[in-house]
Parts: sequence; C-alpha cells; structure tokens
Amino acid sequence: MGKLELVQTLKKDIGRVWNLSWHPKGEVLASCGEDKVIRIWAKDLTGKWTNKVVLTDGHKRTIRQVAWSPCGNYLASASFDATTCIWDKKSGEFECNATLEGHENEVKSVAWSKSGQLLATCSRDKSVWVWEVADEDEYDCAAVLNAHSQDVKKVIFHPERDLLASASYDNTVKLFRDDPSDGDWVCCGTLSGHESTVWGISFDGNGKRLASCSDDQTCVCTLAGYHGRTIYDISWCPNTGLIATACGDDAIRMFKEDEGSDPNSPSFSLLCAVDRAHNQDVNCVAWNPVVSGLLASCTDDGEIKIWTLKE
Amino acid sequence: MFLSFFRKKSVDKENVGRCDVNNDFKDVIELRDTVYDLIRTIKDPEKPNTLEELNVVYEDGIKVKERTSGKINVIRVEFNPTVPHCSLATLIGLCIRIKLERNMPCPIKLDIFIKAGAHTTEHEINKQINDKERIAAAMENPNLKEMVENCILEED
Repeated sequence: MGKLELVQTLKKDIGRVWNLSWHPKGEVLASCGEDKVIRIWAKDLTGKWTNKVVLTDGHKRTIRQVAWSPCGNYLASASFDATTCIWDKKSGEFECNATLEGHENEVKSVAWSKSGQLLATCSRDKSVWVWEVADEDEYDCAAVLNAHSQDVKKVIFHPERDLLASASYDNTVKLFRDDPSDGDWVCCGTLSGHESTVWGISFDGNGKRLASCSDDQTCVCTLAGYHGRTIYDISWCPNTGLIATACGDDAIRMFKEDEGSDPNSPSFSLLCAVDRAHNQDVNCVAWNPVVSGLLASCTDDGEIKIWTLKE
Repeated sequence: MFLSFFRKKSVDKENVGRCDVNNDFKDVIELRDTVYDLIRTIKDPEKPNTLEELNVVYEDGIKVKERTSGKINVIRVEFNPTVPHCSLATLIGLCIRIKLERNMPCPIKLDIFIKAGAHTTEHEINKQINDKERIAAAMENPNLKEMVENCILEED
C-alpha cells in the first residue's frame, strides 16, 4: 500500500491558487492564481520550500495556468486577461519578453511541445491556437483551430510527438496534428466518453495513452464511483505510472494500474485517498518530473502542499 | 487537525463558536435556515424586490445533500426565475453563489440549479453557474461584478 505524506504546506495569503508547474529539472515550482502574479518556489539552504521570486506586471487578471518550456529557460502564463506571456531570465532576472495576443477572452491553458518549438493556447472563445517559436521572443500563429463548440479548458502536447490534445466544456477531448502534406493543423480525433465538462487531461510517460477527468465525476473512463464532486485535474506520473486526481471534494486520490492489466483496456485501482487534503477544492495536482513520488497540489484558499509517496 | 482548519477560515465571522467541530450545525434545519437567510434578501437585478418577495427563492428549494468523503456539507439551492426566458437567470445564480461563498460561517460545497422546467435554457445556465472557472472570470468583469455587488449588498 502506498501512502501520501505531507512534506510541507506553502501558505501565502493570495486567494485561489489555480495551477502549478514543475521546472523540468524538478528543483523549482511555479504557482499562479487569482492574485495575478507568478510565484517561483525552491528549496532554501535548510531544505524548506520558499517563495524565491514573484513575477508581477504581466497580467491584469487571474493567471489560470503556468507552464515551463522543456528546456527550462522559458515560462508561459495564460490569463483571464486574454493574453499569454512568455517569461525568461536572459537579463538575469525574470522578465516578460513576449505577450501573445489574439484570443477574444480568457485564456485557460498553455502548453509547450517537446521540442519547445511549438506552443498551444486555448480560450473561452472556443478556439485552440498553435504558435511557432520564430526568432528570439517572436511567436507566430501557425493555426487557429475551431473544432470545439464551447469553452476550451485545457491543452497539452504529447510527450514525444507534435500531437496536441484539448479538453472542453463541450464534454469532448480533441486531438490535433499537422498534416504532413501541407503542414496545416487538423483535428484528427474526438474522444466523447464524458457527460460533462472535461477539466483535465494527461498523457502517460510514453504518450501511448491519455487520461481525462471531468465534471461528471469520472476519469479515465473506467474510474467511476471514487470521486464525490467535479475532478479538476489529473496527472499521470511519467516515472511511476501512478495517476493522481484533484477533486472538488477537497481530496487527492491516487490510482495504480493493476498488475497484468491490458494496456489497451487497462484496469486501475485506488491506491490511496487523502480526504481533506486541502480545506477547499483541489485545483491542480502535479508530479515532479525528476523526483519520483513527489507531488504538488493547490487550492482555493492560497495553500500549496508538497507531498511524497511512501510505499 | 480539522479544528484548526475551521478556525482559520472563520476567524472574523461572528459565528466562529459554532464552527469549532465538524458537526458545526445543530441539525440540517439550522444549516438550511442559515443558507436561506443569506439568499432571501438578495435583490432582484431589475426589480425593487428581494428574491424572496418574488418567490425566486423559497425555503423548500434548499436541500442538504450527502456530505463529501471529507465530511463537508453539500447544499443544493434551487431557484425559480420569474419568466421562462428570463435573461437575468445567470446573474441571479451568480448572486446566490457569491453571497453564500462569502458569508457562510462554515465551508460548504454548493450546487445551484434552476427549478426543473422553469427556463428555456435551464441546462446551459445550470452548467455555467456551477463552473467555478466561469464564475471566477465573470467576477473579474467590472460591470458584472458591480451588478452582483449591488444585488447582494446588505442594507441595515
């Protein structure tokens, strides 16, 4: 049996924390939320996680999501102010050196491709945009994808290929790739198993499978009956293969694939659940990409928690 | 451990005393009354009356559902827009949610629904007023926020 143990609670009086992103080296965590700033957290000399830097003046409204580029040199932030900012440290300190404009209203999510050459954003305006990294601090819009009929909640790239997945208020997940014949981005799949808003999606380590979670209180299409309310986020750990979920019933749950499970029709079991992991809805769960079993989570009252999995 | 959670949340509320334990309310009726007292005085966005006076909200519309696995009370609030095509139904739902989220002495989980059959686009509205991301974004819209603040303002 595995058990999730609390390592540390990071608390600032900052209102709702919407999202967390681990730096690819696993030593730094970025957080964002209602207070319109990005906080960078790292361990101090005593090994305690502390807020090292606060990035301000990028956005005028809530920052919904942050995402480190695969090289770790850039941080993208998506905001309800309809813009996406790209931050880097070239000058020695974090600065916003590019602002991507084009969405009509709230940008809900931003994701980098593995190569770092592509960026995807999505919005309440129902569109998904693909951006190409051109020259330094230049981003060109490569595609505007209008496949969804409603608010698009989340975009992620495949861990190895330039395949893009998006989750929407229209209850579907859609997949996009560029057509090799003409280079245009096209919708190449629609996954329609959910009965309500799909809030989160996560690929497994090699990108062969995709997990999704929804307002219909199911995830991965096979895990029904565990969650009491909307599931806001899902994170499939590339190192351990465990799936963590963030739920509106304040709990974090951990699922493990059963031994002998058929990869094409997998079965998972609940490994552990932390009821009252937070005092309010859990908005995000994120596995550390390097340190196996290290998980970060955040909630509506400003708390961020770092957990470790004990076997 | 739970005790300290509650104290932190409700430190500046008058009702701090009765939130010290998980079974914070004496019974379901008291919890329902607390919810109803908060929403009945909300003003209609376009009429000079309260939601109670217009029968948009009513005591029977408040149900206490099964608690979450973490023992948090789940409240379902039903409301009845005055006309089936009422364009302000979303705003009324928003007012109910914001008023309760700000003023409930103890943490709750809240689901808000239009009375079944009472609105032509009831499913769309139900989905919207229960989507926390949409709510959060709406409250950052200065015009909408001002309308909500006016409707939920307590006059005394």
